[in-house]
Amino acid sequence: MRHRGLPSLESAGIDGWMVRLFDTIEENNLLWLTALTHDCEVAFGEALVDLVPSYTTLLVIFDPLRISSWEAREKLSEVLANLVPDDAGGEGELHEIATWYDPGVGPDLARVAELSDMTVDAVIDTHSYQEYRVFALGFAPGFAFMGLLDDSLACPRLDTPRQKVPAGSVAVAGQQTAAYPAVTPGGWNLIGRTAARLFDRERDGFSLLKVGDRVRFVAVDRQTFEDEGGDPAPVEPAREEARS
Amino acid sequence: MSSGEITGFRVTRAGPLALLQDAGRFGVRHLGVTQGGPADLHGWAWANRLAGNDWGTPALEVTFGSIELRAECDLTMAVAGADLSARHNDQPLPLWRNLKVRKGDRIRFGMPVSGLRAYLAVAGGFSAKPVLGSVACVAREQLGGFDGQGRRLAEGDRLTVAEPDHVQTEPVETPEHERPDYAAPAILDLMPGAQIADFTGRSLYDAFNTEWRVDDRADRMGVRLLGPPLHCRIESMISEGISLGAVQVPPDGQPIALLNDRQTIGGYPRLGNLTPLAASRLAQCQPGQNVWLRPIGAERALRKHRHLLSESLAAGS
Repeated sequence: MRHRGLPSLESAGIDGWMVRLFDTIEENNLLWLTALTHDCEVAFGEALVDLVPSYTTLLVIFDPLRISSWEAREKLSEVLANLVPDDAGGEGELHEIATWYDPGVGPDLARVAELSDMTVDAVIDTHSYQEYRVFALGFAPGFAFMGLLDDSLACPRLDTPRQKVPAGSVAVAGQQTAAYPAVTPGGWNLIGRTAARLFDRERDGFSLLKVGDRVRFVAVDRQTFEDEGGDPAPVEPAREEARS
Repeated sequence: MSSGEITGFRVTRAGPLALLQDAGRFGVRHLGVTQGGPADLHGWAWANRLAGNDWGTPALEVTFGSIELRAECDLTMAVAGADLSARHNDQPLPLWRNLKVRKGDRIRFGMPVSGLRAYLAVAGGFSAKPVLGSVACVAREQLGGFDGQGRRLAEGDRLTVAEPDHVQTEPVETPEHERPDYAAPAILDLMPGAQIADFTGRSLYDAFNTEWRVDDRADRMGVRLLGPPLHCRIESMISEGISLGAVQVPPDGQPIALLNDRQTIGGYPRLGNLTPLAASRLAQCQPGQNVWLRPIGAERALRKHRHLLSESLAAGS
């Protein structure tokens, strides 16, 4: 549902405009955001530097030597006036992410089960049952924020983030789920691990997942995970520094 | 090393932080990849211009100093930006002008005197294989730099240099009025925008009438400012794209200006955006230094930016 006063254009510096389309997170936002992204690519052409789509907005960065911010604003107003949702291309590519759900590589499985008042098996079934959409990429290269998670699984982030979350970790926080492309600090609940290469500098397009894509997690056993090149090393115990 | 490349320097002592930077990594921010590039665009652009290089040529960003290099061949180079007590053999190394070094010469950076980041450009430019279209070194993302993996410089590293098409032989220097006094309180131009209307009147007054102190929590991702807490009617938002120089205010009310290695999206309300020149200037502030925020209109901000680029782009060819 569109809020009054939207869409809006907000200054984002000498070389940027924030296009705000919505004020709530809905799957249907993606139909409009992918269309807007495409239309901006066409409208700005060579003057375009970067487009950053996220849940409800698109940040447009242009080259201020080729186009002034008021010229850019006019272009964007025109794009918005003619914007139609991307019904055809808005479905996004479907990815199946093979995931080994296990307490060793997913040390927060028990915590999620307890907070959701479910068995561990039910957590796994619920997480892998649904199809998710990619709403945004950020935090780290190829890190895709996916949702929306079933209400029953929604649980808060860890009080103390882990210093090192292993690459491939599959995690949940609030109504979102994600897989960590590389070793980084992180405060999400780890429930499993995938061998999928989420970010690969040799791959065309680099990131496996893009905004608008659809994702389904598929439960696999340890053997399959290892055959696909997964590292079964358990996650180091968390929150050690908090205890000491 | 491919043809046309030579070893320009050998690292004889690695400092805390020396990073290869071109203009930045663009066109991949929608994948969560940060911008990178020189934290002080102004100093970086001048170093390249003085070395006779085109815009975007990779130069070395030396933060805090304490690095030592030995020239492996005769070179023309320039250092601009912070005064990090640089020395050329046993002499002070002059900043903001080009100079010739001979094979075997030593270039040493010591302690910061004013500013934090010095830019060393060499005629022809440092040479490395671009990753995702850029050599900008971002350690956190393991991208760019001399090895492509975002690794910091280590003792013994050989820094490759592209052989220049032409060598700047005339002495060139940056005019006096283009050399900032980094030790003076900085006045940072901020283009109001984003959620500025949702801050309380008192906070808006405070934002632009406070001598903010630069916190020691400051790096290439962002610089935190200390002062009276600012209050926004919105506490947190749905995450959205973050532009260079965005000034966000988390619930503790202490603003954070986001620089080149910031995360690509974020969910705190923002006052607006520092101009690229203001972000550059802030990147040269040492912890404890004072800064002022000053509102600026879009037209004037753009004029100043184009001036910076035309000055530093008018290469000495």
